[in-house]
Amino acid sequence: MKSSRRNFLKIAGVSAVGLSAKPVLDAFATADADEHAATATPEKASNKKALTGKRWALVINTHKLQTKEALEPIIEACNKLHNVPHIENERWEIKWIWGEEFKHAFPGKEDTFLPEHVKHNPFLVLCNHCENPPCVRACPTKATFQRDDGIVLMDFHRCIGCRFCMAACPYGSRSFNFRDPRQFITEQNPDFPTRSKGVVEKCNFCAERLAVGKQPACVEASGGALIFGNVDDPASEVRKVLNKNFTIRRKQGLGTGPMVFYIV
Amino acid sequence: MNDKKKIITGLAIFLFLFTLPIWYNLVSATSAPEPELSAKAKAAKTCVRSKEYMVAEHMQLLDVWRDTVVRTGERTYTNPDGKQFNMSLSTGENSCIGCHVSKADFCDKCHNYASVNPYCWDCHIDPKEKK
Ligand code: HEC
Ligand code: HEC
Ligand code: HEC
Repeated sequence: MKSSRRNFLKIAGVSAVGLSAKPVLDAFATADADEHAATATPEKASNKKALTGKRWALVINTHKLQTKEALEPIIEACNKLHNVPHIENERWEIKWIWGEEFKHAFPGKEDTFLPEHVKHNPFLVLCNHCENPPCVRACPTKATFQRDDGIVLMDFHRCIGCRFCMAACPYGSRSFNFRDPRQFITEQNPDFPTRSKGVVEKCNFCAERLAVGKQPACVEASGGALIFGNVDDPASEVRKVLNKNFTIRRKQGLGTGPMVFYIV
Repeated sequence: MNDKKKIITGLAIFLFLFTLPIWYNLVSATSAPEPELSAKAKAAKTCVRSKEYMVAEHMQLLDVWRDTVVRTGERTYTNPDGKQFNMSLSTGENSCIGCHVSKADFCDKCHNYASVNPYCWDCHIDPKEKK
């Protein structure tokens, strides 16, 4: 096509009109985007009573927990609250908090001349909510993650049951649901979902109770043998207890930074 | 051309059989489901969001809720009208099932019709079904 001045002016005119329409289109586009934003991010907030901390930790005073019977109410409180199934067959067992012999809980710390009570009494063990959690690194779906307050939590909705986290955890704190857990729960607590076949589970430091201003269930049931609090706060009770007592932690040499301390 | 009758009846039968699914649906068509509002929901009058929004987006809303609760620990939801809800599917008075008390008469009515089967109830407990 032969281009003439006339044609050029025509095209320039049409283009100018087109450009002037752009702000109008932009306005439509942003109105649309705003609407989506309004629906996607409504206001959400935490409960005002929620307990907050920067570094939750648990101190276990084993002097007060010398027997299997002493551990039982604590374990029971947790299992009831979280619908942890009771499965007899050890291959399919689900454990959030349980009793373990010293030599298994603290390998490397056992010795020939340990006091009898240390050798034979059960020690309460649970997820250590490590400062540097290997399970979080291993999880391919980010189902296991570390919250800002240090709790190592599981998003059960995302767990695909690959069990990398179980291989990564040096404490055996995680259990896999080989069976549908519902049939092994005698009394369901409707206030906490169960889990399903094919997901991993573990202790959640009672995140759902902290959110409404309550201490973890095990602490509440322990009659003072368990102390929970924020180790980042020098005025907190856990810090005071840690200052006054010699404590040990499980497999500290691995560098995971366990947040469960034992007074022995 | 003396097979005209046979051909036409054959064609008619073929057409009928071929279009049978259409006839079948016309006759047996179930009407759209009517989810039953519980007495409690009726008293509350409104849902978390507008009815249109809920019908279209309740799965998204639930998805956002579960992420928010589990990941950030925030559990209170304030809707555009300033009304507050406990961000929960199945626990507490203010949750979906706390208000829409009967899953069978409400959620399942639609879901069965639309043939969706959310796996949520493998874990979340429907208090009505509780043993
Ligand atoms: C406080 C009570 C209450 C809560 C909590 C509540 N709803 Fe509703 N819901 C209602 C009421 C009332 C209606 C009917 C609204 C209307 O007709 O305008 C409704 C309507 C609906 C509808 C549309 C039903 C229809 O007839 O088409 C859906 C879907 C729905 N709700 C899902 C949910 C989900 C999912 C949740 C949890 C995130 C939830 N609701 C929480 C009270 C509630
Ligand atoms: C008005 C009918 C209706 C009602 C009432 C309703 N739903 Fe739904 N729901 C649907 C439809 C339709 C879908 C499928 C949407 C799709 O696949 O895009 C769906 C999908 C879902 C999903 C996602 C499922 C998946 O596999 O992706 C969830 C979760 C869900 N509904 C929860 C609920 C809950 C909980 C209630 C009751 C409180 C409820 N719904 C009530 C119609 C309804
Ligand atoms: C593998 C088990 C499992 C499945 C399947 C599951 N959930 Fe959950 N869900 C949980 C657990 C455990 C929590 C944590 C409860 C808490 O911390 O209070 C939770 C929490 C939630 C919460 C926030 C708190 C609450 O009490 O409701 C919502 C909302 C939720 N889930 C929605 C869903 C929806 C929607 C589905 C289905 C699409 C689903 N979940 C499927 C286990 C599950």
